[in-house]
Amino acid sequence: MNNKDLLNLIDITVSFEGFLALNKLNLNLKKGELRAVIGPNGAGKTTFLDVITGKVKPTKGEVIFKGKSLVGRKEHKIARLGVGRKFQSPRIFENLTVKENLEISVSTPKSPLNLINKSIKDEQLSEIDRLMKIVNLAQKVNSKAGSLSHGQKQWLEIAMLVGQKPDLMLVDEPVAGLTDEETDLTADLLKSLSGENTVVVIDHDMEFIRRLDSNVSVLNQGTVLCEGTMETIQKDQKVIEVYLGRPED
Amino acid sequence: MSFSKFKFDKKIVLSFWIILIALIIAAPTLLPVFRLNLLGRYLSLSIVALGVDLIWGYTGLLSLGQGIFFALGGYCAAMYLQITSSSEFPNNIPEFFALYGVEKLPFFWEPFRSSVFTFFAIWIIPALVAGLIGFLVFRNRIKGVYFSILTQASLLVFFNFFNGQQKLINGTNGLKTDVTQLFGQMVGSESMQRLFFWVTAIIVIASWFFAKWVVKGRFGNILIGIRDDEPRVRFTGYNPVIFKTIIFSIAGGLAGISGALYTVQSGIVSPQFMTVPFSIEMVIWVAVGGRGTLLGAILGAVFINYAKSLVSEALPASWMFIQGGLFILVVTALPEGVLGWIQGDGPRNLLQRFGLKRKIETYPSLEINNKAGNNE
Repeated sequence: MNNKDLLNLIDITVSFEGFLALNKLNLNLKKGELRAVIGPNGAGKTTFLDVITGKVKPTKGEVIFKGKSLVGRKEHKIARLGVGRKFQSPRIFENLTVKENLEISVSTPKSPLNLINKSIKDEQLSEIDRLMKIVNLAQKVNSKAGSLSHGQKQWLEIAMLVGQKPDLMLVDEPVAGLTDEETDLTADLLKSLSGENTVVVIDHDMEFIRRLDSNVSVLNQGTVLCEGTMETIQKDQKVIEVYLGRPED
Repeated sequence: MSFSKFKFDKKIVLSFWIILIALIIAAPTLLPVFRLNLLGRYLSLSIVALGVDLIWGYTGLLSLGQGIFFALGGYCAAMYLQITSSSEFPNNIPEFFALYGVEKLPFFWEPFRSSVFTFFAIWIIPALVAGLIGFLVFRNRIKGVYFSILTQASLLVFFNFFNGQQKLINGTNGLKTDVTQLFGQMVGSESMQRLFFWVTAIIVIASWFFAKWVVKGRFGNILIGIRDDEPRVRFTGYNPVIFKTIIFSIAGGLAGISGALYTVQSGIVSPQFMTVPFSIEMVIWVAVGGRGTLLGAILGAVFINYAKSLVSEALPASWMFIQGGLFILVVTALPEGVLGWIQGDGPRNLLQRFGLKRKIETYPSLEINNKAGNNE
């Protein structure tokens, strides 16, 4: 652990009635880093995100974010500290318009009094315009989010994540169900976000991960099996055994 | 389900308002006082329905215990009227106390001598009670059907408690208001009832605007967000507990106002306001009128209750079947309620089905994607 680290997971263990979803997992993230996390089904990828965002409390271990422990904090408090999350299937508010969805994400402070009393700030409105242009949804401003295509929903959720201005972005399977072209665009978008933001991407899609051109952590049975560039991990014998070597991949 | 924000034509809106205001002004002269009184009562019920729409239609909290707050508002109003009209009774306290040998006024009656206190108590006490119950329930993340059961259980607790307190609030018999005095007139008199009708109509409209103000904009969008995907709201940095507590408290306050207006127009408040069926009926009014439409809640409350009294006069004992049938019909055929159906594409779809209107071109993919988005 050093000062440049944004996030440290130290010996995280999560036990669901005896089943170890995470087992002494250690992981450090530097500020501005783009990190891909891969692993076979059941490796604990989603639990790993649940622990950081406060949805699951670790049985043992520490989560240090910006020097503060996140363990035991409520989800919304962790979100306000600067941890943003994009879910596996697009979780957007389908009965609200694209713009209303983005308003929810960019509004600060997030107190009821502010929301009911004041109208949205001008700089937040221009931020919404900027986000809609980035994800190509400018024409859909007043459409119901539920009427968007699957890819557009994925992008809207990424835009909502960016709008929250988190220091750490956790992105769970952003390209599930996207076309090849959309996948490429998403990879470029995520790459452009890193540097200023710290981004963790979880996915199975090897082509997509390769395109991200980042450090990769391989999870297996709740622990980090191997870390390194795509080339390094592809040569790692253990990784080949548990993950890459399987014919269905 | 979709809750489309349908925009009415401006002219239609304007003519609607002119007709509505004309009806409100004219009603006392057009209707016999008996019918007018019934209409006034049903209008007051539409205020509690607005609250149900806020918590259920917008926020997804199905409360089966709104009767608690409704009754609390009613009791506040009735206590004020009884205590201020008790000068000719022994010990200057309401008449019923003598039945149970009570000579000293229970302490919590004292502040109700003040009209200012009562004016605030009618909505603040139910709002506080709702806020407290709500906070404890929401903080423990009790949701969905468990929330509904809990509110119904609370209702039963209040019902039994109020029933048993003869020496404090006249128990089962309740508190009568029609023979009490307000502004030197009998509350049950015709002129007072006319006045109450107008007051009720104005408060219904005011409550409607208030509810519209609450749900418009970002606050209302968060409520819809909580209804559709609460964890997502949480991960965006909002604390749903606070939002749910506030809206439940607002609904409680509206229920209190509703209960007070209902009490002065029906002449009595009793624990019967806290029976289980009555609180369920409130939900039915909103379901039939249209969830998440506000106006639907008002129309549902007024029309169902008016239908209830007309049907009960013509065919006694058949109303329960009709009400049950109506609810089943709405749940199966019009899941968004009558107004939701009109605001959606209901009428056009119906005309299309009979070939009276041309089908509109749509992209089938819109439908498919809508469903795909809900898959985990």
